[in-house]
Amino acid sequence: MKRIIPMWIAIIGGFAMMLSSFVPLAESAGEMFADVFNVVAAIAFVLGAGSLAKQHLEKLSRRDAGWGYSVITLGSFLITLFIGMLKIGIHPNPSFPQAAYSGSNDAEGSAWSWIYEYMITPLTSTMFALLAFFVASAAFRAFRAKNTEAILLLVTAFIVLLGRTFAGVVLTGWFPDWASGLRLENLSIYVMQVFNTAGNRAIMIGIALGVAATGLRILFGIDRSWLGGGDA
Amino acid sequence: MRITHKILCRIFTNHSWKCVATFLCLAMCCARVFAFEISSEMSEAVAPTTQIVAAQNIFAKNVLAHNAPAQDANPPLVEPVNAAADFKPAATPTAAPARHWFNSEKTALFLWIVFIGAAVTVSVWLAKSGRPIRIRRIAALEAVDNAVGRATEMGRSILFVPGIQDMDNIQTVAGLTMLGRVAKTAAEYDATIEVPTCRSLVMEAARDTVRASYLSAGRADGFSADRITYITDDQFGYVAHVVGSMVREKPATCFYMGCFFAESLIFAETGNAIGAIQIAGTAESSQLPFFVAACDYTLIGEEFFAASAYLSGEPAQLGTLRGQDVGKFAVVVLIALGVLASTILVMAPNAAAAVWFLYVLQKVLGG
Repeated sequence: MKRIIPMWIAIIGGFAMMLSSFVPLAESAGEMFADVFNVVAAIAFVLGAGSLAKQHLEKLSRRDAGWGYSVITLGSFLITLFIGMLKIGIHPNPSFPQAAYSGSNDAEGSAWSWIYEYMITPLTSTMFALLAFFVASAAFRAFRAKNTEAILLLVTAFIVLLGRTFAGVVLTGWFPDWASGLRLENLSIYVMQVFNTAGNRAIMIGIALGVAATGLRILFGIDRSWLGGGDA
Repeated sequence: MRITHKILCRIFTNHSWKCVATFLCLAMCCARVFAFEISSEMSEAVAPTTQIVAAQNIFAKNVLAHNAPAQDANPPLVEPVNAAADFKPAATPTAAPARHWFNSEKTALFLWIVFIGAAVTVSVWLAKSGRPIRIRRIAALEAVDNAVGRATEMGRSILFVPGIQDMDNIQTVAGLTMLGRVAKTAAEYDATIEVPTCRSLVMEAARDTVRASYLSAGRADGFSADRITYITDDQFGYVAHVVGSMVREKPATCFYMGCFFAESLIFAETGNAIGAIQIAGTAESSQLPFFVAACDYTLIGEEFFAASAYLSGEPAQLGTLRGQDVGKFAVVVLIALGVLASTILVMAPNAAAAVWFLYVLQKVLGG
């Protein structure tokens, strides 16, 4: 029963979403299922918050290595939660001046907005900035000319990299008009528009068919491994 | 602190938290449905009022437009409209637009779905009737058992990252089907599997999947829900946690199966730095090069969606892969026809070829 009910919910919901795309009269059903999903996802956040609190409280009580970070995590979580719920520093919405909590958390000057702008944004930007170093190390490994395919990749990468900067124009800009196709900027465009687009489209067609087949496997109840496998 | 912890742990392990969440969920769903019905009725009820207001607005605008030139020296920005022609009394019944029962603009897409559905159904039926199906070897999936075995031998954990999207994304669903297979192998080998998730709903679904896998492997006692945790919805907050735990705990094997964006390379490079065997799968074509560069094995696009069927080895599931291949063959034929029609159009432009080419391009391929 624990598998049959979720499976039927998935089947009915899936077919309703599919129908809503083709039958205008069923559009509202599709929207309703999407709304129900949003509600379920929002309520599941309670479970997520519980899991987070339990995980860090256990770490704290065991005094595991790095328990200090758990204190910071729990403290930040609780402070942000209360600031958001109590709407500290937020003025009421001008349309409803009598309602004290009618203002939006995103309002400029609010405590929640301050936390987002001056704490979360810099922290996420820092993590994102690390990507530059990882790109460099991955490129170093990928561009090692170990075999013919790797050499082709290396040459293509250099053509595209140089062709998309001024270096390409400086290096090959003097080519005469009859050989303009060999200029790095033009070669770069050619590589991106012909080889790259063809490869990308082949992958996209495969993905589209894969999505369709996976959807049908789930809708027909053939694949139940997302329920842990086995018979329903 | 210890008392607080005990109380909270008691609450969380007693399932009462889940009951509260379920009750809230049902209540909100009911409220949403009622609100939907009430709003529909309300909108129907207020429709005549809206019509009256609109008619009044038109009338007022036209009257002002007629009066404006006498009072204002500047030329009006909007040309005066004939009030008598535009004004319609609110009480006049208007013809309601009829809604079609089928969106004819999507006929080609619908036919495609029917075709692929039929191909899949016929292939499943053929496979079930005993016709052998040959599936090409996928190296990344062959390596799953070895990767889990390596983690067991080294006495380290397995890390499974199911992407950063919610359950409404098909890639996350495909990632969880893969998790079911990996968890079953891990349960058989008595290996530890860690699943940090970016969404609460994914955490719950992953817990159910792993629990069922441990049950089917006959190792129900080995399952621990605490190893499948929710971290944060924030993309880079999640990345910080996963990368930090990778560096600290050094898992022997890392799986990245699902929808990934900028974090793909951060995960894969960190896994590479700690010497883990890495198997990735995603349908995000922009992230595939990063996984290919940094991981040992990568499931590219359709291979990712075929993984569950491939690993199950069940004829019915393998039949769906055959149906998928039939669809791919049809696409190849269409591409060839499109190229042919395009060439004919350039070489010998005539009306018939042009109409055929444009029909294929616009209606069938949606160009």
